[in-house]
Amino acid sequence: MDTLISALLLQAGYNAALVGIGAALLGVASGAAGTFLVLRKRALVSDAVAHATLPGVGLAFVAMVALGGDGRALAGLLAGSALSAWVGLLAVEWMTRRTRLPEDAAIGAVLSVFFGLGIVILTLIQTMSAGRQAGLEDFLLGATAGMLFSDAAMIAVGGAVAVALVWALRRPMTLVAFDAEYAAATGTDVRRVDLAMMALVMGVTVIGLKLVGLVLIVALLIIPPVTARFWTERSGRMVWGAAALGGASGYLGAAISASAPALPTGPIIVLVAAALFALSLLFAPARGVLAAMLRQRRFQARVHRRQGLLALARSEPILEPYTIRVLVAEGLLRRDGVATEAGRAEAARIARDEKRWEVAREIHRDAALTGRYDGLTPIDAVFTADEIAEFDRRLGPPMPVGGMA
Amino acid sequence: MTPPASLKLASHEGRAAEAAPGPEAALAIRGLTVSYGQTPAVFSADATFPARTMSAIVGPNGAGKSTLLKAALGVIPRVSGEVTAFGRPVAEARERIAYVPQRASVDWDFPATAGDVVLMGLYRRMGLLGRVTGAHRRTVRACLGRVGMADFEGRQIGELSGGQQQRVFLARALAQGADLYLLDEPFAGVDAATERAIIDVLKALRDEGRAVVAVHHDLSTVTRYFEHVLMLNVRPVAEGPVETAFTAEALDATYGGRLAATHMDSLILATA
Repeated sequence: MDTLISALLLQAGYNAALVGIGAALLGVASGAAGTFLVLRKRALVSDAVAHATLPGVGLAFVAMVALGGDGRALAGLLAGSALSAWVGLLAVEWMTRRTRLPEDAAIGAVLSVFFGLGIVILTLIQTMSAGRQAGLEDFLLGATAGMLFSDAAMIAVGGAVAVALVWALRRPMTLVAFDAEYAAATGTDVRRVDLAMMALVMGVTVIGLKLVGLVLIVALLIIPPVTARFWTERSGRMVWGAAALGGASGYLGAAISASAPALPTGPIIVLVAAALFALSLLFAPARGVLAAMLRQRRFQARVHRRQGLLALARSEPILEPYTIRVLVAEGLLRRDGVATEAGRAEAARIARDEKRWEVAREIHRDAALTGRYDGLTPIDAVFTADEIAEFDRRLGPPMPVGGMA
Repeated sequence: MTPPASLKLASHEGRAAEAAPGPEAALAIRGLTVSYGQTPAVFSADATFPARTMSAIVGPNGAGKSTLLKAALGVIPRVSGEVTAFGRPVAEARERIAYVPQRASVDWDFPATAGDVVLMGLYRRMGLLGRVTGAHRRTVRACLGRVGMADFEGRQIGELSGGQQQRVFLARALAQGADLYLLDEPFAGVDAATERAIIDVLKALRDEGRAVVAVHHDLSTVTRYFEHVLMLNVRPVAEGPVETAFTAEALDATYGGRLAATHMDSLILATA
């Protein structure tokens, strides 16, 4: 626990602090960029993009060695990964546009072919003399052991550029994500906006390769936005919510993995993000599962209450146990099935409301008003007092619900 | 809201006067062909929708009505054809054109309020980085008010009824302050009150001197709502003022005998 707290306070050593800051910045950038990916319903394209980075990493290594260099220069490897990711992205885009293949099939094809190719290249490099110590397989799942200041600085700069681009492009991206046809009709180049969005995703993927790895970076792009969606109904707030959730996941995950020797950073970050997602799924106020269940239960209770009271008003027996429980809990019914004083009064009131609705539907031809009858809405929520007085004049005096039942 | 500048603009533009359809055409389509694969959805369509007029595009399902609109706007690519708005290519006249897509074409669970959607109509004017000003917010409120939805600005769009969603789409188009309104099935699946509200707004636009072109599926209201009609079944069958073009023969040719003769009589009689 002490080690976790010191890691959270960036006191767990230089490397751990760099990893923590880098992971937080990466989370912010991927959350913000991933939001529009999710809103455009193209989350899986990012998986193809991420897997398509691998051949580029290998080829960049080979090229740098062939040119007499070290082969392990991070900037070179990332440039190579970006290049092959872009090729993979264009392949998906081209296949979807030019053939009858659905996008998910194109994604599956590109993802597996590029990944397979990448593994072949990496295996060949292993047999080269210069390749033995290259550590290229770290790009698969990420590695934080040898994190340098320059690596963290690169994430910081790349992340800042990504966030600035999200901010600058938020309007066209929102428009295209919500209504691409309208966007095109107002002169927005939908294809260019889509490509810009994917370039953004690719950029985040590339700067995240070293830390999280290409297999798991997708999680950081997708989970924070869908988590944020549980808490807001506005796309603007979703962007910043996802950025905050991504940043928190990165920071917390890095701290947890630094607090014990054998915990891998990337997967822990993803698990933290997933835990935040699970909490939101369950407990978010409007869209959460629990809130929906409560809403449904309250609605059910209202239906049973109304039906039970109408049965009382007609002196019919109430048979459903749930109806009886609802009425007993409110003190409207005794346990032996006899209405209490309050129950009789309430039953008379509800019966009256029902009769008023009948009159309203007879004399009011306005479908918009009478259409609001759903059996639950009290009439005084729809009609004004003088209108209700008019209904009552036609109905005659109210009838009490007899106490004989 | 921009003032109705259509008259002024059209008259002092020499180029517009020279163009074949003349300055009175809000939207002119020449030889438009659109195809999905090798099958033409619209073939060699000509149409001239006049300014200051409500025009309908009618035809059976799959006749290419929506396709015609989308291709005219450049939303989907065309094989051939030329489209001008107020005498200029559509790409140069975007500021003067507002489009209302079919309601079913978007996912209404998108995280946005009714006000957010209407604000989208101002994005073009705001630019990428421009701030949302008080004037923009007032425009949004005024446009929602015009379609009878003033109280719904902060409502999540998924909670709106179908008719209310259609009104929000219309309000977004109003926010653009355009001179030509292209609507794709604006009355599809909406309640009677909404249909009345929408037609009132469209007629008001026409009275302000703007042009309205709507894909329309309800033949019984063509003569009541519109002055000009294009009858389309992949190829254009008839076009002109409703009184002369919306005839029994034209209906028969457009719908290929799919309308019962008695039904057709009732439609035409409505004109007289």
